[in-house]
Amino acid sequence: MALLSRKDSKLVTDPLLDNNPITVQVLGICSALAITAQLQASVVMAVSVMAVLAMGNVVISLLRNVIPGKIRIIAQLIVVAALVIVVDLVLQAFAFELSKQLSVFIGLIITNCIIMGRFEAFALANNPWRSFLDGIGNAAGYGLILVIVGFFRELLGSGTLFGYKVLGDPIEKTGLYAIGYENNGFMLLSPMALIVIGVIIWVQRTRNKELIEEA
Amino acid sequence: MSRLTDKNSYTVIFSVIMVLVVGSLLAGVAQGLRSRITENKRFEKQQNILYAMGVDNNKDKSDIVFVPANEVEEAFKTYIKKQLVIQGDNITEDPEAYLIDVKLEANHAKEDPNYQRRLPLFVGEKDGKNVYIIPMRGNGLWDAIWGFMAIDDNFKVEGVFFDHAGETPGLGANIKTRFFMDSFKGEDLMDGEAFKGITVKKGNNDPTNSRKEDHAVDALAGSTITGDGVTAMIKKDVAIYIPHLRKLIKEQ
Repeated sequence: MALLSRKDSKLVTDPLLDNNPITVQVLGICSALAITAQLQASVVMAVSVMAVLAMGNVVISLLRNVIPGKIRIIAQLIVVAALVIVVDLVLQAFAFELSKQLSVFIGLIITNCIIMGRFEAFALANNPWRSFLDGIGNAAGYGLILVIVGFFRELLGSGTLFGYKVLGDPIEKTGLYAIGYENNGFMLLSPMALIVIGVIIWVQRTRNKELIEEA
Repeated sequence: MSRLTDKNSYTVIFSVIMVLVVGSLLAGVAQGLRSRITENKRFEKQQNILYAMGVDNNKDKSDIVFVPANEVEEAFKTYIKKQLVIQGDNITEDPEAYLIDVKLEANHAKEDPNYQRRLPLFVGEKDGKNVYIIPMRGNGLWDAIWGFMAIDDNFKVEGVFFDHAGETPGLGANIKTRFFMDSFKGEDLMDGEAFKGITVKKGNNDPTNSRKEDHAVDALAGSTITGDGVTAMIKKDVAIYIPHLRKLIKEQ
């Protein structure tokens, strides 16, 4: 990352691991549980959140000196909502197929607490370039967890990845299914997403003891 | 230590300006893109109707590929022979029947018991065989579900298409997968002379769906409410058409 100064590049790399929005800041859990039954949905959600968070962070950062403190949350909400609606309309007009696939995810972005969290904690106090990097970094950290969870849930739950049958055909009994393997349908339900995230948090905190909170 | 941005008057002015700016921006974008979006939605409807009767670009076993948007208008004219509107006992032809908003008609009929709801019906022809395509609309777990069902002269299902506004991805949203839609093909809607519909059934012990006379298809795991919604939608919306269809088929 020669393009960025060391401080700036930390903005992007920190949220990937040691300050991950999901596993460390515990933000955006709800969408991580809801949409990770398929890998494709996870990737799409991660990219959409990245677009909205990066743009929103820049807008909020530009307005940070003119937004009145009393109504800053409402102002932030308006910015997210407006961005999401614009993205949705543009997709419907120019990439209709894609917008059909995304369907609910676009609307769900508004409710993602990572977005409000980063606006409030970072964009309101930093310049637009740094806010942009922070948005990219946090969305990437969020996306990373989504992809990991989506990978395990789709693989173990449906035996597919991106919709491709990687373990063979469960009905015609080919591949792994020929020797008696079965899909675990429970993986498709939200509770298992929570357990997978729990395992990720466990692994992460075992490797980096500093992250363990005082009881 | 009072700053300008802390003043009440500033707050009010700021919010007014912000609402005006954002409001006009959104209105402008929506207005500017509207014609493209309506056009896209129109093509989508044609694609869905054609998909239900089996006109598609599917190659792989798990594909759901529609006729491309730039060819769909042509294909729709080729395959759909007649677009009918049923209103009470009147059946009229209307080249824009596919644009009828089924939801609006149903709501209107619910509010005003004297209102004769307009029912669109599409008569298609594929491989020399007549198919009748019926629009359906119902409720899933979170939001609306809808679709089209293509039926042949013997009230056997020729094909279906389902879509949804917001079912859970990986669970209820799977009503829009190829294997689920394909499992309806060949199912019989009638039990003798009576309309029976098709039930999305758990534990009917027929995962490959080889039994076509059982009025049931295998349910999707984790999607009970969505599946029940599909069952109810077929029972309710297809049933309205059956007497009209009987008459139509006899006349032909």
